[in-house]
Amino acid sequence: MSERVREKLRILADAAKYDVSCASSGSTRKNTNKGLGDTGSGICHTYTSDGRCVSLLKILLTNFCIYDCAYCVTRKSNDIERTAFTVKEVVDLTINFYRRNYIEGLFLSSGIFKNADYTMERLVRVAKELRQQHKFNGYIHLKTIPGASDELMKEAGLYADRLSVNIEIPTESGLKLLAPDKDRQDMIRPMNYLKNEIIQNKEERKLFRKSPLFVPAGQSSQMIIGATKETDKDIMYTADSMYRNFSLKRVYYSGYVPISNDSRLPMLNTAVPMVRENRLYQADWLMRFYGFNVRELLNPATPHLDLDIDPKLGWALRNLDKFPIDINKADLQLILRVPGIGVQSAQKIVSARTYQRLNWDHLRKLGVALNRARYFITCSSREFERRNLSATQIKQYILSTSASKYLKSQPAQLELFT
Amino acid sequence: MTVLVFDGSWHGLLCCIFDVYEYKLGAVSVSAHAHNQADAFSSERTVYTDPEHAARVSKGLAGKLSAKAIGDLYGCFLSELPETHSLIVRYARAVFSAGLSENAYGNADVLKVTQIAKMVSRERHRMKAFIRFQLASDNIYFAEIEPDFNVIPLIAGHFKRRYTDQKWIIYDKKRKYGIYYDLQKVEEVQFTFSEGKANPNAFAESEALYQNMWKDYFKHVSIDSRKNTALHLRHVPKRYWKHLIEKQVY
Repeated sequence: MSERVREKLRILADAAKYDVSCASSGSTRKNTNKGLGDTGSGICHTYTSDGRCVSLLKILLTNFCIYDCAYCVTRKSNDIERTAFTVKEVVDLTINFYRRNYIEGLFLSSGIFKNADYTMERLVRVAKELRQQHKFNGYIHLKTIPGASDELMKEAGLYADRLSVNIEIPTESGLKLLAPDKDRQDMIRPMNYLKNEIIQNKEERKLFRKSPLFVPAGQSSQMIIGATKETDKDIMYTADSMYRNFSLKRVYYSGYVPISNDSRLPMLNTAVPMVRENRLYQADWLMRFYGFNVRELLNPATPHLDLDIDPKLGWALRNLDKFPIDINKADLQLILRVPGIGVQSAQKIVSARTYQRLNWDHLRKLGVALNRARYFITCSSREFERRNLSATQIKQYILSTSASKYLKSQPAQLELFT
Repeated sequence: MTVLVFDGSWHGLLCCIFDVYEYKLGAVSVSAHAHNQADAFSSERTVYTDPEHAARVSKGLAGKLSAKAIGDLYGCFLSELPETHSLIVRYARAVFSAGLSENAYGNADVLKVTQIAKMVSRERHRMKAFIRFQLASDNIYFAEIEPDFNVIPLIAGHFKRRYTDQKWIIYDKKRKYGIYYDLQKVEEVQFTFSEGKANPNAFAESEALYQNMWKDYFKHVSIDSRKNTALHLRHVPKRYWKHLIEKQVY
């Protein structure tokens, strides 16, 4: 029996790995019933050899699927081994892994067998059994199956900490091309439904503290990057609209890993767009934590992020008229916009400067990346960048002093006529 | 210069701060018994740990500093790094006498304390993540660790809240002590290990199966075309591999 479960685990973990989300944060479920587990700010229990966090047991319930989406390994037409877990097997694995401190909880997704409701019902049953029979208070992330009924969605929300629907392809036309049976509206509708339910539950909990939790860690979504010919602008505008319209907690960007020789997709030996993915995440962070508007980073004039430099530096170079700023006087919001200064350093600067004026040495010790920041700030020192450098010059200087892990060959020397 | 010699405990260290004021001492350095060395240019003074004195200093600090800053000082103490004892006493004196603020990051001592506390906190977080329990045949989940810093006091609460319905032991092999949860309370334990071969029946029957499944899982969630060893090593430094099930061969 155990050999069979091991075989299933191999197949269904393999099939689930392209879902990049593995967050276990944002929930507030406490272990008050002398049961098993709790949730908090999230823990990565290990990291895969590709460097991604492993926080949850991420598996498919089954890799049987009625759909034939070109970008997906479990598509109907793909000739792979098919199998399915029973509810009991998933529950047993989760509990035993959790007790050994391997994981923070379960991330359960599934191929779609028969229809949406049939699949969703099984996902919900796993979560329900964990919560009710095993007093499990760890993290549960369920995939909502597009097209499942509102009742099932509501029930899922009562047991899960996070629900997510993947938007898959950033543009509607791209989705039409690669997954003709899928409809974007089917993905949008549950997000909207859940958003409203979450808001309503928040209101209820204000009045009745004991009313049950409903998706306490919110919703997330994922887009595949580089499977179609979308621009970074398309991607980030879609992400921005999801953050604003559905109050998503996270949008994940997953560089397309070539898995098929379908002519609609990049060829099999194409490299995974990892640098692009990294830049998109940086832009995402700038939107969520640094107060940037997506239109400042990407607009018709700059539809793509610069792959050589981070998006904040890119923005700063396009807006040199806003600099230099005085570290000892400027608002937190402005300091956050300086390349090389992160959220933590910015906050430290703002609190430290009330006690003394800060100089370059202080900034270095606080953790500011001066190789980038020095072109954009002044501080309590007579030294500062006096030359009137152009954006291209600054970029060249910064690239030549930093050993970017992405740059294959260092730029040999400054271009003379720029 | 006076060298204060104390018993190496947190309360002992607080008593050093007490004595500095009680006996109006000038410049001091602090040393636990273990690394005390005679020096021709300084006088030595033994500090006796008195819980009452420690409580008074604690209260005094609580009046001047936030809970986070006091936690940082304690974290600094647990780091067991050289010079941290003197650093903590110096910091406390600056807080009491010069009105130093915990947010004055321009001050070298304040910055040092936050930086060391950050290192300890990182190790604490790693231990929450990297501890791997193995189910022993007597139904106790057992884990062995060798953390860089003495973080057991910082993680006990986390594991007590999380695993309330199973007995467990976390044992620090480096510092030769551990904590045991008996379904009611957590207490400190010390073992003597007998030399010789490990008992093959020490672990529950199902233990090997779940360990193998965890290794299977670990292998199969990785995407080969994205392999990034440098990143992997940054997150899971090699010194922790010894106690990670997924890093052992089958």
